[in-house]
Amino acid sequence: MAEMKYTDDHEYILVDGDVGTVGITKYAQEQLGDVVFVELPEAGKVFSKGDEAAVVESVKAAAEVYAPVSGEIIEANGDLEANPGLVNEDPEGGAWFMKIKFSDKSEMDGMMDADAYAKFVEEQG
Amino acid sequence: MSQGSDTGEVLKRTPLYDLHVALGAKMVPFAGYEMPVQYPLGVLKEHLQTRSKAGLFDVSHMGQAFLYGPDHAATAAGLESLVPGEIAKLGLGRLRYTMLLNGEGGILDDLMVTRSASEADDGRLMLVVNAACKDADYAHMRAHLPDGLTLEPNEDRALIALQGPAAASVMSKWCPQAGELGFMTASSAEFDGIDCHISRSGYTGEDGYEISVAADKVDQIARALISHDDVEAIGLGARDSLRLEAGLCLYGHDIDETTSPVEADLVWSMSKRRREEGGFPGADRIQKELRDGPSRLRVGIKPEGRAPAREGTEIVDASGSKIGKITSGGFGPSAEGPIAMGYVQSAQATPGSEIGLMVRGDARPARVVETPFVQHRYYRKPK
Repeated sequence: MAEMKYTDDHEYILVDGDVGTVGITKYAQEQLGDVVFVELPEAGKVFSKGDEAAVVESVKAAAEVYAPVSGEIIEANGDLEANPGLVNEDPEGGAWFMKIKFSDKSEMDGMMDADAYAKFVEEQG
Repeated sequence: MSQGSDTGEVLKRTPLYDLHVALGAKMVPFAGYEMPVQYPLGVLKEHLQTRSKAGLFDVSHMGQAFLYGPDHAATAAGLESLVPGEIAKLGLGRLRYTMLLNGEGGILDDLMVTRSASEADDGRLMLVVNAACKDADYAHMRAHLPDGLTLEPNEDRALIALQGPAAASVMSKWCPQAGELGFMTASSAEFDGIDCHISRSGYTGEDGYEISVAADKVDQIARALISHDDVEAIGLGARDSLRLEAGLCLYGHDIDETTSPVEADLVWSMSKRRREEGGFPGADRIQKELRDGPSRLRVGIKPEGRAPAREGTEIVDASGSKIGKITSGGFGPSAEGPIAMGYVQSAQATPGSEIGLMVRGDARPARVVETPFVQHRYYRKPK
């Protein structure tokens, strides 16, 4: 069963076995506004948890997308480079950024589930 | 993704604050005011709306002031001692862009100067200055203007701008007189019976108007305008991308106290007489730069890829040496790609020059280009 976890950088990671699908949350894209550019890592690249892995830019600003866990990129979502606006339309679905193969699943400990994240967003005002 | 910080500063509000909130605007601190950065439409669509139909902007945070003197010649001469623009020959009902200079020829602020269309107002000029600079501008002018001139800030007036190809037809519904104005001319007028002062000018590269009106009447005008099918309220976000596409400077970013009008490529705003005669602060430096060329120049920059280069991005030459910095940069919705402005050493300032932009550690290819990025569509009155 795939489970969705959230970070306090407003990213989600959908976990399925030892692969996590990473993207930015609905709240994150709302804050960012109209997304006009996405830069993705190449497959094979290895990141430590917290490294800058991708970049998302709106008309207003640029934001980094961090690797929520350590691991190797096995796939990036090329659709986003051609159609960055997808991030606004379907952030937690079709607009995933990258798939990362875990090196240490215990790094997921302490991440928020959907309810906890909803509360976290509420507190952001 | 931080959206401004809580500095504990008490923010001022414009007379349209309640309207912004009612329209669902996201309010942010800007130049000491709570201002709408965007409405529910979003920056991208607000931008495109202004280019295709019309957008309404609240610019009431800007400083409006009158400068009074005994007659036009005296008031103009006084102001010309502080700015490099041609004010003496400014005709009745005309406005002009110029800048306040410091003793080194650096730009303290940029402003619009309007001479009233009415002979009865002879000796009076209307100034519109940047919100963040207005207190310093007024203090500077009071300290340096010659005796006999009086500066009177108009704190009880609001200022709104209606911009876009539909602006003239929209205005004609409530203010038929607006259609008679050509670009960079102004007149007192009535908008649906409300006394106001309108100019055909703006900050988007489009046809349009700025409307100065008593603070307690602006809500009525703004609500009338946005009730029109062709008009949407537009926030500061789209105002910035619109002016960047139009190649217009933002004070504090593209121009500041260190940049001269020559370096900023604003020589067009100085007449031949003023360039030759000088008589403005920093004339030595400015005339030397006019003679010998400036060491750096503000240019338009087009990144070759899709990655925007933001303010502060370092500009390098083919060998990787630093030659300048981006002062405004982002995505141009109508230019359909990333665009920027910045200063480069004069040797690389020719359109077509290949430069690199240091974005996230890599030198990304870009070119120096002519501005504007999107053609101006000002209304020129048939002769």
